[in-house]
Amino acid sequence: MPTTFLNVSLSVNGTGYTVSIDSRATLLEVLRGELGLTGTKPGCEHGECGACTVLVNGRRVLSCLALAATQEGAEVTTIEGLAPLGALHPVQQAFIDHDAMQCGFCTPGQVLSAVACLAEGHASSREEIREWMSGNLCRCSAYPQIVDAVFAAGRAIVEGA
Amino acid sequence: MSVIGTPLVRRDARLKVTGAAPYVGDLVVPGVLHGVFVTSTIARGRIAAIDSTAALRIPGIVQVFTHENMPRFGKIKGVPGQAFLLMQANEIQYEGQYVAFVVAETLMGARDAARLVEISYVTEHPRVDFRRHLELEETVTDFAEPDTSVGDVRAGLAAADITISSTFRTADRHHVPMEPAGTLAEWRNGDLLLHDATQWGYGVRMVISSALGLPQERVRVTSTYVGGGFGSKGFAWPHQLIIAAAAMTLERSVRGILPRALTFTGHGYQPATEQEVTLGAHRDGTLLAIRHRSVNPTSIGDEYPEYAAMGTRSVYACPAIETATRVVRVNRNVPTPMRAPHEGPGMVALEIAMDELAVVAGVDPVELRLRNYAETDPTSGLPFSSKALRECYRIGAEKFGWAARTPAPRSMRDGSTLIGWGMATALMTTFRFGSAARVTIRRDGRVVIETGTQEIGTGVLTIMPQIAADALGVPVDQVDLIYGDTDLPEAGGTFGSATTLSVGSAVLDAATRLKARLIELGGEPELSPAEYTEVLKLRGLEQLTIDGGWSPQQGNEYSMQCFGAVFAEVRVDERIPIPRVSRCVGCYSVGRIINPRTARSQLTGGIIWGIGQALLEDSRVDPVTGRYLSKNLSGYLIPSHADVPAVEAYWAEEHDPHASALGARGVGEVGAVGVGPAIANAVFHATGVRVREVPIRVEMLL
Amino acid sequence: MRFERASSASDALAKVALAPDAQFIAGGTELVNWIRDGIAAPSLVIDLSPLPLRGIRRDGGVIVIGALERLADVAAHAMVRRDLPAVAAALEAAASPQIRNMGTIGGNLLQRTRCPYFRADAPTACNRRDPGSGCSALEGDSRHAAILGWKEACVAVHASDLAVALLALDAVLVIETASGPRRVPLAEFYPDESRPFGPETTLGHGELIVAVEVPLDVAAGRSRFLKARDRASFEFALVSAAAAVAIEGGRIVEARVALGGVASRPWRLWETEAALRGAPVSASSIDAAVTAGLAGARPLKDNAYKVELARRVAAAVINQAGGAA
Repeated sequence: MPTTFLNVSLSVNGTGYTVSIDSRATLLEVLRGELGLTGTKPGCEHGECGACTVLVNGRRVLSCLALAATQEGAEVTTIEGLAPLGALHPVQQAFIDHDAMQCGFCTPGQVLSAVACLAEGHASSREEIREWMSGNLCRCSAYPQIVDAVFAAGRAIVEGA
Repeated sequence: MSVIGTPLVRRDARLKVTGAAPYVGDLVVPGVLHGVFVTSTIARGRIAAIDSTAALRIPGIVQVFTHENMPRFGKIKGVPGQAFLLMQANEIQYEGQYVAFVVAETLMGARDAARLVEISYVTEHPRVDFRRHLELEETVTDFAEPDTSVGDVRAGLAAADITISSTFRTADRHHVPMEPAGTLAEWRNGDLLLHDATQWGYGVRMVISSALGLPQERVRVTSTYVGGGFGSKGFAWPHQLIIAAAAMTLERSVRGILPRALTFTGHGYQPATEQEVTLGAHRDGTLLAIRHRSVNPTSIGDEYPEYAAMGTRSVYACPAIETATRVVRVNRNVPTPMRAPHEGPGMVALEIAMDELAVVAGVDPVELRLRNYAETDPTSGLPFSSKALRECYRIGAEKFGWAARTPAPRSMRDGSTLIGWGMATALMTTFRFGSAARVTIRRDGRVVIETGTQEIGTGVLTIMPQIAADALGVPVDQVDLIYGDTDLPEAGGTFGSATTLSVGSAVLDAATRLKARLIELGGEPELSPAEYTEVLKLRGLEQLTIDGGWSPQQGNEYSMQCFGAVFAEVRVDERIPIPRVSRCVGCYSVGRIINPRTARSQLTGGIIWGIGQALLEDSRVDPVTGRYLSKNLSGYLIPSHADVPAVEAYWAEEHDPHASALGARGVGEVGAVGVGPAIANAVFHATGVRVREVPIRVEMLL
Repeated sequence: MRFERASSASDALAKVALAPDAQFIAGGTELVNWIRDGIAAPSLVIDLSPLPLRGIRRDGGVIVIGALERLADVAAHAMVRRDLPAVAAALEAAASPQIRNMGTIGGNLLQRTRCPYFRADAPTACNRRDPGSGCSALEGDSRHAAILGWKEACVAVHASDLAVALLALDAVLVIETASGPRRVPLAEFYPDESRPFGPETTLGHGELIVAVEVPLDVAAGRSRFLKARDRASFEFALVSAAAAVAIEGGRIVEARVALGGVASRPWRLWETEAALRGAPVSASSIDAAVTAGLAGARPLKDNAYKVELARRVAAAVINQAGGAA
């Protein structure tokens, strides 16, 4: 099974990279393995849990289903780049305030998904948040706290703006 | 005000929301090799031939381990997840059994090579469905008696005005923590250092060191952050042993993370149960006799009884109670405890039966339970260490608004949506483990707790400092915790809802002793916390360290249980009757609460597990081949955000003077008990259809 | 696996002709899983994402949706929401927000069955993965299997929610081929079950879906989609249904109804449609028409419930499309 490598240039958290990758590698594998950004988590590697959610060109996607080779020119935001070093995004702060995590493994994906959920305008009610956050599973089942956090973050962002 | 009982923010919250909390797969070790398992595609038979030639041609391949070249393991000490050791012989007992371990310089290379390992099997017809082989049932003894009996059940049933006798089923379920289990084994000059996703580092060390013939002091197990366990990471499983053996053999560091599919067969699962419950009662619902019998599948090589009737032994006042537990061996992997084992599946049966009794007797379900309230444990005869269940029924019913319920089925609706309200009792045995802790105070005033417990999401990193700070009277932010390492004082496993009471009591003991020693060194009868560092200076000490510990020696003259009252509302569309939970309220009797914030998350998390048990979770097995049908998260359904409505958890104010030095019992599992039957009872109330099986699916209500 | 980027539709067709096992990739939400699970091992993958097959526009009496439009964008598009509500509803019920941000309209219609035997992590008998190896679901677990049209070779169901809505709306696919474009009604895109190991679509190797055309009419404008599933979200359908109904003077003058989760392809209820034409908008006539349409259902041992569930879901969606609750 000969391995084919190719170069891909993409921006991650505002920094440009050109990486030589296996043609079969996913964005998840490149972020974790090549760039050392291990905040993006592999939960199922089949697009069924949402733990690997990242933002690509501002939209939430699953990095485990994104073939890295197709990401030429992409602008990727991972959990590490959501807020300036040492600072927290309002969604991150809301997750802390509402105890919206337990084991923490799904948390980066939940946070990024929540950031996009708010940006999309899908957070006007708890019910809407539940539906539009359903791509992110949490086996510890911190769901009620996550929904509270997203709802509160939405208000905080509106009030802060 | 005491820092105990304060809802402090989780200490690891910031690390977790920024993605900086390191899990096993995140650790960077130079030169680490990657391991991938090859699994059996048959459930019963033997390997006829295994050929690694093609795999060994992959660039970067290091070794293909099979039963032919794997080191022979020594006699296992401790508690392995399964005693049936893998890759030691050619016998196959279940589908998914590891048959090769491929190690390469890159993960992609290891995956490529794993596909090229050629295996031929001699296949035998597997025994798959335990329900078709109930004639093969066996009695086993694990940690509890399989059978108990008090009073004369036969006489009680003969005297009963009302008899309820039903058969119940619960489904096979999997833990599926979001982080699949994995191990990074470092070989350091003859010593083995395992970074492991485990709930019990010491347990792993015991098993691995004995299997590999290494003295315990040459094996160290650490865990930084563990992405959930729920029991799946409670014991040492074959992957840890094989990864460690590979590292030792190759004298290199090897990491293996289970792909999601192997989290279905690489460690245990919660077995399905077939249960029979017979209740005999007076006309007013007062119980005269209970018989509860349960059968579950186990593996060919190991025994795992699901003591489904465990809760029945203790929950209601009743003069005659018989319980029995049986297993049937099938060609599947061995089950293991899963969040709310035993009572979790068992109370589904008992509490649906109680609802049937309430209907026949014409008694409100809460009132029925109050009429049968147990003041002492009905099987052991012992008093309870502490019990506030009566208060829980009251608070739960009030918060839920139970009084507005109309008793007749199909009597509550919202347009074409039927609404049902159901309730159930929760009960969970309190487990306790011996634990040790060390507490140090330094000249700068900082306090350091050392104990080898694990962080799997429960909140220990926040709770243990609260306990020490309270005992010493120092601000909690002055207290640090070092954990997750077998080089530290030994703590019990993070399971059985036992960490707070066990490890917490050890921390309390060490901190209390430290304070006493400081007072002694100070030479005065009183010493204020502000003066601790003065004492150290006075005595010329840079720091002072005291070891403490706790073991569950006292209190055995009590029955120790966690209790709860669970209330659920379901909504079922009349035309397309897919049951959905719209509200759930639980109130619990769990002893003293150390941190209300993390405790509440544990309890609501448990309730949501109960929603999964009631409506979704069903790990179906192919009846022909014995393989799990959907080793993934799209076929094995756990609740999503949209399945989880408003969930509320409350507790009764309580201090258990017997279960632990802290006054606490446990919150990790009881929340997952009683929810399934409360939902099933609500479905009956909504639809008039009595379902005696979980998960409840649309086909049962059409 | 070689990887190439297509610069134009014709470039894509030229490149895919280079290898008989070459695959196009757009969102990747299917192909990446096939590669990981060993369902596919293409020697060449051609990236379509640089192609300009985008846009949602009205062209006379049809709405034309570019094949590379993302599911989320189509679902959010004002014209789609207004004029093709069943399409918007089907898309919003599909997968998860993340996957809807990745998956494309063309790719969605090409997704393969979610039958657990087909998707197994290790090879099991499955004629779709290995023609001739048998169908495990036939004797195995058939809770999710087909109830209509199936032959012994395969009892799997089609997974796309979108295809169900588009089928009820008489959508047409525009397919680019080496010899020029051709247009295929969706109803003919998925072949019937007469060939046991036949292809799952009529799209040939070397052909590319470039657009979907959806005719606009009154019925389309009040079309509805319903999905029944165990989990409240993020799950494939047990049964789904779409309906487009036109009513004049209290009677149904036109009805188009499709079911999902019941057959190897999205399934038109032709008999139901015929029975509805001219019928009053009443629960009893709709029930009777749906029952007639499902007369040929043949459930397996674990999925008898699907016949009744399909009946109820279809009746409910027709009622909704017809203006009832």
